[in-house]
Amino acid sequence: MTGFDLFVQQTINGLTLGAMYSLLALGFTMVYGILELINFAHFSVFMVGTFVAMGALQSMGIMGQSVILTGLPLVGVLLVALAATMTVCGCIGMGIERFFLRRLRSVKGPAQMITTIGISYILSNSVLLFIGGQGFNFPNPIPMLKYHIGGAVMDVRQPLIWAISAVLMIGLTYFVQSTKLGKAMRATAQDPEAARMMGVDVDRVVLTAFFLGSAMAGAAAVVFGLYYNYTNFYIGFDAGLRAFTAAVLGGIGNVPGAMLGGLLIGIIETMTSQFISTNWAEVVIFSILILVLVFRPAGLLGRVAPNKS
Amino acid sequence: MPLDATSGLLLEFKSINTYYGDLHVLKDVNYEIRHGEIVSLLGGNACGKSTTMKTIMGVVRPRTGTVIFDGQPIEKLSTSERVRRGIAPVLEARRLFPRMTVFENLEMGAFMRKKGAEFAQDLERVYELFPRVKERRSQVAGTLSGGEQQMVAIGRALMARPRLICMDEPSMGLSPLYVEQVFDIIQTINKQGTSIFMVEQNASMALSIAHRAYVLQTGVVVLSGTAAELREDKNIREAYLGELQVPGAKAEAEAK
Ligand SMILES: Nc1ncnc2c1ncn2[C@@H]1O[C@H](COP(=O)(O)OP(=O)(O)OP(=O)(O)O)[C@@H](O)[C@H]1O
Ligand SMILES: [Mg+2]
Repeated sequence: MTGFDLFVQQTINGLTLGAMYSLLALGFTMVYGILELINFAHFSVFMVGTFVAMGALQSMGIMGQSVILTGLPLVGVLLVALAATMTVCGCIGMGIERFFLRRLRSVKGPAQMITTIGISYILSNSVLLFIGGQGFNFPNPIPMLKYHIGGAVMDVRQPLIWAISAVLMIGLTYFVQSTKLGKAMRATAQDPEAARMMGVDVDRVVLTAFFLGSAMAGAAAVVFGLYYNYTNFYIGFDAGLRAFTAAVLGGIGNVPGAMLGGLLIGIIETMTSQFISTNWAEVVIFSILILVLVFRPAGLLGRVAPNKS
Repeated sequence: MPLDATSGLLLEFKSINTYYGDLHVLKDVNYEIRHGEIVSLLGGNACGKSTTMKTIMGVVRPRTGTVIFDGQPIEKLSTSERVRRGIAPVLEARRLFPRMTVFENLEMGAFMRKKGAEFAQDLERVYELFPRVKERRSQVAGTLSGGEQQMVAIGRALMARPRLICMDEPSMGLSPLYVEQVFDIIQTINKQGTSIFMVEQNASMALSIAHRAYVLQTGVVVLSGTAAELREDKNIREAYLGELQVPGAKAEAEAK
């Protein structure tokens, strides 16, 4: 491969990884946008999602790499796995808000954030206890098709992952921009008290943000499993930290920012691994984050302290 | 100007006591607002005017006492239920949603109502009252001038098709010309049938359009009566009308 081919190859890989980070970053950003809370439980909701997806695929008879589907059966199986994982993750997210975080909402200080860290550990240790600490072979029903683009190779799973992510992100953007509940969500993020006085049920808005953000983590979990064919009880921390970084890079609280940040982090990661060294990926990611924050403290698309006049 | 004294009560505060923690803000307060009235609430800083508004909207709950709207106690109802029954706020310092467009802000005002023919009618009415708002409908609200924001804030309240609008210092931070415009509009809205409860520090302006007024001092109603009576009251003339220039000038300085 020439240098240019390597660049194309890593762009393809980076966009795939980045699509996953974007989906995951959306959950951080939506919750932060409304509650100014960093939800560390999100890491583990994502991890649990990979096990839900694995269970869903296995219950449809897809075991390991041995069952390969094509055409409508493949689309059907993937849609069911996606819907099941997104629903379960969304419900876990709502449960976390409803039963743990809501009663702490009026408490000032870090109580809520510490609670999310605790929940994150409870979830990952529950998986360790009840399912096991070993790595799992994530089932993959997608045929091994490869396309050559110059000297670079694209796996059929990559455009599939882009398509899934694009549809979900366009759907989410439409929801937030154009639906009544989406507008109530933006209004609540901008001025919760005023939104309440328009008649918005703020509890419902917060619950919706948790559901949608966690459902996106569920979609990211399916993408992760299909791409790496692997999962274990602590994958949430690595991917979660990068997705969180992506949200901050793009401007935390900002939905398009999370999408942009995710794609950038994905590409930076694959490029660094290719052209410098895998061991340097984290160093480069965080150096770029710090540089961006020095010059744009609110992130790439974030706004500095909204004026509340 | 005085209304028919027999017209019924729209909103009533009966012995309301509101606290923030240990801080006793409203002390055994009683107000009455009749159908079709403009009632003004006058008072200095920190006496509990905004707390009165929040108690009506249900953002703050009174510890004791009853709030009656249209014959029914509402002090235990949620804010959204109160909006649905016909109370809409124009908040202190306007409080538009700064990163939403003017149109989206108006939509938020109609949040409790179904979108349809009535929405279109209400929108038309707001655009008629404020041609300026129509011009600016796709602009992001945070970039409007203070006066334009106040028009949107009033428009937003009208979109709820309320029976009572609670305004918290509508003249705050506006130039005298704008203040007169805003007060003209308030009178127009009132003549179209909406009752208005208006907190003001600009006592002479408020008394010029109000039918009746209450004077609040550190959480206690110290004086009440028709606007004409209060304009003639010696204490009011000294305490509020004489001081008129001070809060007005301060508010304008803050707006700069
Ligand atoms: N959320 C709150 N928590 C604690 N104290 C509060 C809260 N809101 C208001 N207060 C206090 O209650 C008192 C009355 O406040 P309020 O906002 O009702 O005054 P106001 O009459 O509207 O004053 P201004 O003219 O300055 O707007 C003040 O001393 C204020 O500090
Ligand atoms: Mg006030």
